[in-house]
Amino acid sequence: MLELKNIKKSFGSRTIIDGLNLSISEGSILAIVGPSGGGKTTLLRTLAGLESIDSGDFLLDGKKFNPMNLKEQEQVVGVVFQDFQLFPHLSVFENITLAPKLVLKEDKAVYTQKAQQLAEQLGLTTLLEQYPYQLSGGQKQRVAIARAMAMNPRVLAYDEPTSALDPALRQQVENLILDLKKQGVTQIVVTHDLDFAKNIADNLLEVSPVK
Amino acid sequence: MDILISVFPQLFKGTGVTIQLFLFTLIGSIPLGILLAFVLSSKSKFLKWIVQTYVWLMRGTPLLLQLIFAFYGLATVGIVLDRFEAAVFAFILNYAAYFAEIFRGGIQSIPKGQYEAAQVLRLTPWQTISKIIIPQVGKITLPSVGNEVISLVKDTSLIYILGLSDVMRIGKIAMEREATLLPLIGVGIIYLALTGFFTVVLKQVEKRLDYYR
Repeated sequence: MLELKNIKKSFGSRTIIDGLNLSISEGSILAIVGPSGGGKTTLLRTLAGLESIDSGDFLLDGKKFNPMNLKEQEQVVGVVFQDFQLFPHLSVFENITLAPKLVLKEDKAVYTQKAQQLAEQLGLTTLLEQYPYQLSGGQKQRVAIARAMAMNPRVLAYDEPTSALDPALRQQVENLILDLKKQGVTQIVVTHDLDFAKNIADNLLEVSPVK
Repeated sequence: MDILISVFPQLFKGTGVTIQLFLFTLIGSIPLGILLAFVLSSKSKFLKWIVQTYVWLMRGTPLLLQLIFAFYGLATVGIVLDRFEAAVFAFILNYAAYFAEIFRGGIQSIPKGQYEAAQVLRLTPWQTISKIIIPQVGKITLPSVGNEVISLVKDTSLIYILGLSDVMRIGKIAMEREATLLPLIGVGIIYLALTGFFTVVLKQVEKRLDYYR
């Protein structure tokens, strides 16, 4: 279980997150919704270790951890960015296996098998040799998910997963997230799309700008 | 025509010096340029200021002047380099400044999200730079680097000032000896052949990097 206790975050004099408490149980989906400026993305970034917090605690299975200072090879939250941020000079296979190879120091046989499994799971088997520019938005997103999952994170977090996709692909993303839930993947979805959030989430957290 | 044919073996000898200087300069100035570019893109105001001053000095004064300082000037403070060493030293420092500015532009054009994606995947700063940033910067900056490489071939002719027997100096001596401009036509042909060769090489590299966008 992932817990956030009394998290506070400000940028200068502007408070973005003011004493947030929440918990996410294993295998569930938490959707964080709310208007722009409400701190949804900031919350995700603090969880991913991209922003520091001013105060509060992050707990994983009851133990405190600091997302900005994890042990080597440890990953709590994997992130699927809004614009995916795939590495353009690397093939789909290389995008997925780069971190397992360099960070987890897995053998070639291990990371290759992992990439093949993830590709199968996410419908990418025919795309492994392709480069990001050759992929559609939906395919890029699945590669970004595979890349994040290859690091064995405890939680997979998405930043606005439907915003870069055309409406026809929205349903596919919904199905994909629900499929991953069936496989036991714990997920956090940051979105401004309330209908989408209601369709996928076990728990809904509404955030709004701090006054 | 006979003069032109007879002067070519001497010109080829000089071409060796030209190519050596060219290669040593590239080997020294590209890595130094990359390093300086990362300093220019860093948050350290002090280091940035030092490198900016260095770049300003190197780009703001003629290479010819820098060659003279490297050979004659350094000797006055006890650093004695032979002519070729002084030439390599001045060329590396000069070209590193230009490469630093080119690579800085390339580094700054990489979206911040690429660094963040690497950070979330737990890549170390060195892994991020070597596996994610430099390969992309290499492709972005290749046309500008190519221009500098071609300029470098021609700039090597400036080492005549130090009395080094490069292709230009040998051509000039032959011209004065034979009292004709023909040897300089040979010099021109050699420079054209060299720049033509490197243009083809650079095009090939560009093609090889064309596998992604």
